[in-house]
Amino acid sequence: MSATYDVARVREDFPILQRRLAGDLPLVYLDSANTSQKPRQVVDAIDAHYLAHNANVARAMHQLGAEASEAFELGRTKVAGFIGASRREEVVFTKNASEAINLVARVLGDAGAVGPGDEIVISQMEHHSNIVPWQLLAERTGATLRWFGITPEGRLDLEDDPITERTKIVAVTWVSNMLGTINPVAEVVARAKAVGAYTLIDASQAVPQIPVDVAALGADFVAFTGHKMVGPTGIGVLHGRYDLLASLPPFLGGGEMIETVTMERSTFAPPPARFEAGTPPIAQSVGLGAAVDYLTALGMENVAAHEQAITAYALERLVEIDGLTVVGPKEAVDRGGAISFTLDGVHPHDVAQLLDSKGVAVRAGHHCAKPAHAHFGVQSTTRASFYLYTTEAEIDALVDSIWHTKKYFGA
Amino acid sequence: MTNSANSDAMNVDSLYQEIILDHYKHPHGAGLRDGGDAEVHHVNPTCGDEITLRVHLDGDVVRDVSYDAEGCSISQASASVMNELVVGHSVADGFATLDAFQALMQGKGQVEPDEDVLEDGIAFAGVAQFPARVKCALLSWMAFKDAATQATGAQAAGKDAS
Ligand SMILES: Cc1ncc(COP(=O)(O)O)c(C=O)c1O
Repeated sequence: MSATYDVARVREDFPILQRRLAGDLPLVYLDSANTSQKPRQVVDAIDAHYLAHNANVARAMHQLGAEASEAFELGRTKVAGFIGASRREEVVFTKNASEAINLVARVLGDAGAVGPGDEIVISQMEHHSNIVPWQLLAERTGATLRWFGITPEGRLDLEDDPITERTKIVAVTWVSNMLGTINPVAEVVARAKAVGAYTLIDASQAVPQIPVDVAALGADFVAFTGHKMVGPTGIGVLHGRYDLLASLPPFLGGGEMIETVTMERSTFAPPPARFEAGTPPIAQSVGLGAAVDYLTALGMENVAAHEQAITAYALERLVEIDGLTVVGPKEAVDRGGAISFTLDGVHPHDVAQLLDSKGVAVRAGHHCAKPAHAHFGVQSTTRASFYLYTTEAEIDALVDSIWHTKKYFGA
Repeated sequence: MTNSANSDAMNVDSLYQEIILDHYKHPHGAGLRDGGDAEVHHVNPTCGDEITLRVHLDGDVVRDVSYDAEGCSISQASASVMNELVVGHSVADGFATLDAFQALMQGKGQVEPDEDVLEDGIAFAGVAQFPARVKCALLSWMAFKDAATQATGAQAAGKDAS
């Protein structure tokens, strides 16, 4: 592990990691792919904003209003810098990643980007948030949905490429929240561009754990969510190429997204305001800005290296357990810190319940990726997911409690 | 909540009673059997547990409830107990038992179960203290309710027509 990365030191920033649960057991939080914990720095920034600078943005002509507007826009600037956006106006705030993807599906549809006979390409390993909006768009427009499959190892099957001349939109995840796979998204974007299709990358699991440079990636749209990257809930990000955003119609109508309104019609503000109707997530922008500062101070290279090392350790320990099958890549190569598995003879709910009784918090179910589960012939899995504060001792606790679970159920 | 109540609530042994694990390992009436007056498919959307269930009526008596369930120990054991409790009884009695079971599940641990009515079902009392698992325990019962309602409706419609 990186010499500059001190997990014990990092954990001091996360008071919740000191929590004791029922039976005075220490919390072992292995559900960060679901939502990450928040460092004191983020909570303090939100606190300070509400307690000292709170006002609505853009429309308040007083000093607090100016402070709040500046704080809100500073969050945007920080996020833009963090992901390498070429302009801060390319960062649109939404309420989460799901809304960001729905926004794109809606406005591309309204702009007439797809119609009957056209195809939209996704993959079988998408989160439902990157499946359902495209199914809805296909239904609205008469377009057809196609998808990349998954290889037996749990990688994107690039051999059987569904992208054709008919493809108008390609939307694929960067990192799978179920399999952990890190996909070669630059390659997918290049293939999509070769046929002139729009591209969206779901970076919800990528931005938290690997360095992301949207300008280098070159996708038209990149979506992610604040709460998985040590930021608050209630804020998501859509990054879009500025000229493209500027050519698209609005999403929701309301305050702040207009240029002028008469009773007959309205004209719309330039991006990003065009896509941000109503009072935006102000304190959340402040919190997300603090989250980005926090991650930057740790260094995303270091975060990624830690994630990789802890995932490698976990994979190594988990395969020792007989009856346990990892669903997804079994090597820590091009792999993020989420490991889904099955345990012979014990249903994932029961695994999660037993782990919880030992203070180990994991997720059980389909993880909003039912098609990926179906592909592997399983209805549900147990998922342990790691982050920048996860320790090897926590992995050991996980492994011990899985053995305990096996014994409990006689499996 | 006091500390002891809290750790009590989190005691998995109160959830996984011996009776529940027995039903899980040796489920009663599992499998789909031919015929049946109504078939339903229910899922628990949060976790994906599924059940396909058929109600086989004989007049207003539940002659059989056959089912194919995929899910955790709680949902499987619950289907087994449900089968035991409703088969051989009238639909109305089955619904009364369902009401008692549902009251127990939704009682947050405050409802005293009646063993005469619920028999092995009383073992589920501990589930009420695990809100995330209540839906698991109710899945098969809700499927039974749906299927039995459809089956009796179909019967009534059949009578009307004749
Ligand atoms: C890959 C992926 N995409 C999208 C989402 C949706 O994020 P949110 O629920 O914040 O909209 C998630 C997380 O749940 C995810 O893991």
